[in-house]
Amino acid sequence: MIHEFQTVKQVFGPIVFVDRVSDAAYGEIVEIVMPNGEKKKGQVLETARGYAAVQVFGQTSGLDVEKTVVRFSGETMRMPVSEDMLGRTFNGLGEPIDGGTEILSSEKIDINGSAINPASRAALSDFIQTGISTIDVTNTLIRGQKLPIFSASGLPHNDLAVQIAGQSTVRSKKGSDKQDFVVVFAAMGITYSEARFFTSNFEKSGALERSVLFLNLASDPSIERIITPRLALTAAEYLAFEKDSQVLVILTDMTNYCDALREIAAARQEVPGRRGYPGYMYTDLSQIYERAGQIKGKKGTVTQMPILTMPDEDITHPIPDLTGYITEGQLVLSRELHNRHIYPNLNVLPSLSRLMNQGIGPEKTREDHAGVASQLYAAYAEGMDLRNLVVVVGEDALTERDKKYLRFTDAFENRFVSQSRTENRTIEDSLTMGWDLLSMIPEDDLKRVKSDHIKKYLKKPEKPAAAEKA
Amino acid sequence: MGKLKKISGPVVVADGMTGSKINELVRIGKQRLIGEIIALKGDEASIQVYEETSGLRPDEKVESTGLPLSVELGPGLLSSVFDGTQRPLEKIRSEAGDFITRGIEVPSLDRKAVWKFEAKVKNGDTVHEGHILGTVKEKNIEHRIMVPAGVSGKVSGITSGNYKVTDVICSIGKTDVTMLQKWPVRTPRKSESKKDIEPPLITGKRIFDSLFPMAKGGSACIPGPFGSGKTVTQTDLAKYSDADIIVYIGCGERGNEMSEVLSEFPHLKDPLTGKPLMDRTILVANTSNMPVAAREASIYTGITLAEYYRDMGYAVALMADSTSRWAEALREISGRMEEMPGEEGYPAYLARKLAEFYERAGRVVCLGSKGKREGSISVIGAISPAGGDTSEPVSQGTFRITKVFWALDSSLSRRRHYPAINWLKSYSLYSDVLAPWFAKNVAEDYDAQRIEAMALLTKEAELQNIVQLIGPDALPDRERMVLEVTKMIREDFLQQNSYDEVDAYTSLRKQYLMLKTMLHFSHMATRALDAEVPLSKIVSSPAKVLISKLKGVPEKEIEHKVKEALASIDATLSS
Repeated sequence: MIHEFQTVKQVFGPIVFVDRVSDAAYGEIVEIVMPNGEKKKGQVLETARGYAAVQVFGQTSGLDVEKTVVRFSGETMRMPVSEDMLGRTFNGLGEPIDGGTEILSSEKIDINGSAINPASRAALSDFIQTGISTIDVTNTLIRGQKLPIFSASGLPHNDLAVQIAGQSTVRSKKGSDKQDFVVVFAAMGITYSEARFFTSNFEKSGALERSVLFLNLASDPSIERIITPRLALTAAEYLAFEKDSQVLVILTDMTNYCDALREIAAARQEVPGRRGYPGYMYTDLSQIYERAGQIKGKKGTVTQMPILTMPDEDITHPIPDLTGYITEGQLVLSRELHNRHIYPNLNVLPSLSRLMNQGIGPEKTREDHAGVASQLYAAYAEGMDLRNLVVVVGEDALTERDKKYLRFTDAFENRFVSQSRTENRTIEDSLTMGWDLLSMIPEDDLKRVKSDHIKKYLKKPEKPAAAEKA
Repeated sequence: MGKLKKISGPVVVADGMTGSKINELVRIGKQRLIGEIIALKGDEASIQVYEETSGLRPDEKVESTGLPLSVELGPGLLSSVFDGTQRPLEKIRSEAGDFITRGIEVPSLDRKAVWKFEAKVKNGDTVHEGHILGTVKEKNIEHRIMVPAGVSGKVSGITSGNYKVTDVICSIGKTDVTMLQKWPVRTPRKSESKKDIEPPLITGKRIFDSLFPMAKGGSACIPGPFGSGKTVTQTDLAKYSDADIIVYIGCGERGNEMSEVLSEFPHLKDPLTGKPLMDRTILVANTSNMPVAAREASIYTGITLAEYYRDMGYAVALMADSTSRWAEALREISGRMEEMPGEEGYPAYLARKLAEFYERAGRVVCLGSKGKREGSISVIGAISPAGGDTSEPVSQGTFRITKVFWALDSSLSRRRHYPAINWLKSYSLYSDVLAPWFAKNVAEDYDAQRIEAMALLTKEAELQNIVQLIGPDALPDRERMVLEVTKMIREDFLQQNSYDEVDAYTSLRKQYLMLKTMLHFSHMATRALDAEVPLSKIVSSPAKVLISKLKGVPEKEIEHKVKEALASIDATLSS
């Protein structure tokens, strides 16, 4: 049931008010035919007896109030899905841009998705080995988790995302029989060269044919960015829950998404919340981030790795703040480590994986994992405090114990944190390295690891242990 | 019957609504979506809709129901999972699949389940509202069926036997009474009178019970930035608190965390009764991506369920995670109604609504018990302040009402000091009220130990300032000794590992003994210093290792191990 109207009354930024419409549905998709014949898509934001407010995906320049025709489709936004999406590239509205054909499928899914019934969610517990020590040991990624990268302009978050996408495997009890991930990649407002970096790397690693790409670049209309992640997640949910795939969704850059949200809110003259972002941004973001997880009785999973650049590296800015409240942890990149040429420049102290405890331990990783991670954290935190102290009082004023912690902290950054862009460490290697580092601090301080694990794994320093224990 | 006039997100406007009331429930459109009237103007009503509104069109019909938003009360609530408007999520799953679809009508309580009702009154007895008519065994709880509000008279037709919740169990006067009763969620349930708050809510967490105790019937808040451990703390409290009934409201939080609770609780045992934790728990799960209006309703749904069990005479503990998400739902709806915003866009009535909610906590004499039955609701609300900055309206509105403040601190969680409660910023106004109870039931000097430990920790903070400037070497031995002791208190007492079988729960007796041992170390060390024993000798005392291991000692062996530690202190530190 398509209705046509030629009654545009007002155009205000990305919002078009259409008069004399009496039965537009909330969320309905419309097609806008501009005077020059060009077509745009839009969506009903507010509907009432007599008018509808439509948000236009794309530039509104060239739109007029006389000749422009608005066609109401009678449907909310749906997307055709099939396994043919794999290996394909789409624009931010889901139209193919790789020269291939449209996806033909009788199965069309509402891109807004529905909330997974909390009673249907399976508890997550499968460890993903990313090959990166600071993630695997100290901020473990679990299948079905949503774990964002909090970065800032000029930091190598893309390198890290590509490395994670390329190296991630699910480890089963029997060793390393590999379960590959399908990558769904959504770009929002990133530059051509950034997008190219991802695609060429996927190509190199052979991951491209197992990927679905949605690209909204910096030059594309910003309002499209509202749709792009929803398309990507619809594809991901289909592949995971209908086709049993393990899906890793990379969304970058969420900051651009939020700015598009703010642009619409401003055009609608809504009461602004913090820093001009709308008050419902938490709800809106949750409708994206919550589309991750595992459903009881189904094999597939959706794991999300959104990337966002923190404006001014401020973690309390509304975008990282609201994200952190929804996601199950965060990986925070550090300018300081980057400046010291440490890659990946992951600052473990503010980083966190909330689901870590469910996915580690005997039969999943190793029995000493939790203790080692906790002890490394505690020691590194103490070492960082001492570094600040040294600046004030000088190293001479420190005790012998404190000096050990300082040396530990340097080694932690240079050996444990730092690894090359192609280095793929097993969890066992990473844990062993953790024990090596722990042997640098006094054994009496190892309160967070169990004593039988100390016996089993700790390499004794030159001094015999008996001397220390008295 | 009215018609839709305007749709904008979760709030819709309908006209032709003459005769409707504020807070009345309506059904909207072909799918009969549930909504609640929140404003009236002439024949126009603003309605908040508890389900997704996309696809709704102007002129769809709106039916009044004449009833306010209510919950169903009766046997079968325990171990259920509901959404914000008490729809049973397990049932919805079996009827509608894994995703929540719209317009599903499923009764909250199972209509087919049969319960064994045992009458406690006789035909011909005169009863009033709140009197107990009989009992039903629900899980391991004696579920007491009470005379509904506004009903009194002579009982007739009562017999023990098997009934469904909608079967008539007796008549009172001319009113037929069923086990299923309804109550509007926005109205607090009545009680005979409120009482002073007394016994502590024992949590098994050392920093709470020993330093900042919570009382049964009290109210507490846990503010903290993301990642500081609010949800872990809340679920720990749900696991280990010594309440009879737990109501856990996941209000606008993560779906995966709810699934963690759902998969974990049935396997965990109540440390006091040994029964599965799920048997005493009711979950209200309205995750962040579920409709905003239902999130607003969820805390009222939760507290009404809590009041129902309180009225039976039970101690109920309610966890709301997180009240900030509830406040944001309020803000979003207020914004859609174009109300004049107050601070940070929140409506001006935010503080009043917060106060009304927390005031539903308390210890009461139950209605109709003539002073014989007592129940309580303890409310523990998590707050998620934007950027961790508690100067915002939700935190400030909450601080004015709640009596216990457990301050989560991200700098502690960053060094994996859990629970990441900052001992210098937290407080409990119940410490003094509860001191006599602790003196009588645990030990005479329980409160004195708390005061001494707090004094040491406060001293430590002062000394740390100096150390930051001039290094630890510059401190005199006596003060370095204080740092040694407080390090012990922090690491071996306040830190508690929720994932360790023994450490996760500590009885009051064990808490008392652990702290006693550490303070004894402090006293003896001070005396040794006076007798000019060198600091290095004190610091290397093997007693320290024994003390650090106490947290891992099972409850049964603790008296013995504490004796060993005390003996070792005496042996190595006496000059």
